[in-house]
Amino acid sequence: MRFFNFHLMPYRHADLDAIGRNGSAWVTFSNRHYDPQKGSELYHEYLDQMELADKLGFDGVCLNEHHQTAYGMMPIPGVLAGALARSVKRAKLAVLGRALPLINNPLTVAEEYAILDNLTRGRLIAGFVRGIGAEYHAMGINPAHSQERYAEAHDLIVRAWTEPGPFSYAGKHYQFRYVNPWPRPYQKPHPPIWIPSQGSGSTIRWAARMRYTYCQTLSPIAAVARFFQMYREEADKAGYRASPDQLAWSNTIYVAETDEKAVREARPHLEALMNYFLKMPTEMLLPPGYTDPASMKRVRAAKVTGKPQSIEDVIKAGVVIVGSPNTVREKLAEYQDLAGFNTSLTKTQFGTLPDDMARANMMAIAEEVLPPFRDRSPGGARREAAE
Amino acid sequence: MRDHLTSTIAVGDCRIRLMRGGAGAPLLLLHGGGGFGIWLPSMARLAKKFDVIAPEHPGFGESDTPPWLDTIGDLANFYLDFLDQLDLRGVHLVGSSLGGWIAADLAIRNATRLASLTLIGAAGIHVDGVEQVDTFLCTDEQRIRDLFYDQQLAEAVIASSERPGLEDIALKNRMMTAKLSWQPRNHDPQLRKWLHRIKVPTLLIWGDHDRLFPKDYAFAYQGLIPGAKVAIIANCGHLPHVEQGDEFAAKLEAFIGAMRVAA
Repeated sequence: MRFFNFHLMPYRHADLDAIGRNGSAWVTFSNRHYDPQKGSELYHEYLDQMELADKLGFDGVCLNEHHQTAYGMMPIPGVLAGALARSVKRAKLAVLGRALPLINNPLTVAEEYAILDNLTRGRLIAGFVRGIGAEYHAMGINPAHSQERYAEAHDLIVRAWTEPGPFSYAGKHYQFRYVNPWPRPYQKPHPPIWIPSQGSGSTIRWAARMRYTYCQTLSPIAAVARFFQMYREEADKAGYRASPDQLAWSNTIYVAETDEKAVREARPHLEALMNYFLKMPTEMLLPPGYTDPASMKRVRAAKVTGKPQSIEDVIKAGVVIVGSPNTVREKLAEYQDLAGFNTSLTKTQFGTLPDDMARANMMAIAEEVLPPFRDRSPGGARREAAE
Repeated sequence: MRDHLTSTIAVGDCRIRLMRGGAGAPLLLLHGGGGFGIWLPSMARLAKKFDVIAPEHPGFGESDTPPWLDTIGDLANFYLDFLDQLDLRGVHLVGSSLGGWIAADLAIRNATRLASLTLIGAAGIHVDGVEQVDTFLCTDEQRIRDLFYDQQLAEAVIASSERPGLEDIALKNRMMTAKLSWQPRNHDPQLRKWLHRIKVPTLLIWGDHDRLFPKDYAFAYQGLIPGAKVAIIANCGHLPHVEQGDEFAAKLEAFIGAMRVAA
């Protein structure tokens, strides 16, 4: 299994009570609550953690993209990827933004990723996402155009990377007389493309058809297993056998000497993530047109947003793995076999977790978890288990 | 005795639903983002003097969603086709909210079949510095509350909106409303440049407690459409034809009556 150190870069000094009073850390939570002195320290703290991950033997580091929120301070992930491109010496650099529909000129993404791919001499992983619903409130992009803009921007970027320029492009949402970006990407034909999603059927189908790596965001492991099985079935339909390398599970791992100590230490920081940084009303998460009416009805009926969750809830559901080295190894092996993935996108810092604890966690994972999983693949029982 | 009929008609490639009742000069009523609604008491009253025609827009409710529908301008052109097909002349065009935006856009494009224009709590322009609720970032219940001045009426509407079977239509309407009005929010920056071309008599009916498009919008429209008259209705929110139906109909009848005298 490959391990990526996945950072959300939360503004971990946020006033949780103020988030609670506002109802969300997103869009309407005033940036008066951002202190640039503290924020600048956090950027350096988090970038140092990413550099530590490289030194500790993680296979890659992941950045992501969210806008107008204390949940994550990476609205423009390319800036931070640029800062890491020369200091992270060995690990892959995965940008699990960019939210293509939010961008009015997708050629800037083709350019940005191509620069990063050149800077890292081919260590870039290019993520393409739609962005969550809150992004459409924050960025003034019509959610009803989201799927069309995503498809069009993706096609344009891949063509810009693979077809010699200049050529012209006339789409519904984007038009260019000249498509001829310099530089071209370092990797041939282009950087690997990864597709993070909350589990949309159409996204999984498309990613499988395109043979892109599919990354499942924050979900109970049983749902992860179902989504990954769907990907394998779609790959079968497309006429090839999906490799476990094409499946990445985005999780949170916290390791301490004993299960009790791990839960005790992680609790306030993980619960801050679940119940404050992630909290948003349904109308913010799912603006009209962002997804089809059938999915919209399902989410509304499930009333998924707003229920407070304890660390025990998310451990039990297999959203996170928290415990002693032994417990973490056992759970991770069980989940790898159940869901059949070979890439773990692991948040080692989460919520309000301070620097010393995040670094201790990273070192424990590097020592106790990475080595035995280095050459481990999903067990033979996975297809049956995932039924 | 039925005073109106609901039917389906095709205009080009698009089939839409239509309520129609009464006799007299044609009065075309364009609904807002909330959708088609019911045959209101105010419509029944107007049907005593007019041929009231209330279509359900393409992309809403049980009407088709044609592949060409992207903007308010598409709907303005669609209704110009509609007027041609029904060969309606001397039309009193009335639009509420998003329907008011369609009506204003239509009147700029081609007013030859129009006798008058009435905008009710209309979208379409932006007025700086006016506080407006965000109807996309609030709960279903709050959105309904924001429509009305009388909160007892709001509660009755909330109760009736929770009937099963209405969710599909509500979601379809919300999705199309977002598609048409999310960005720029509820307006077209180009529209105000050409409102001076509207030469038909124009009435701007606004609730004095409209929280979506407060009455500053009525006065802004008045400054942009030559000779437009403003009628503010007291104790009334965003939907005067629903909340103060009699007074709304009386104002509209008086406006059209005065027009005839002047002519």
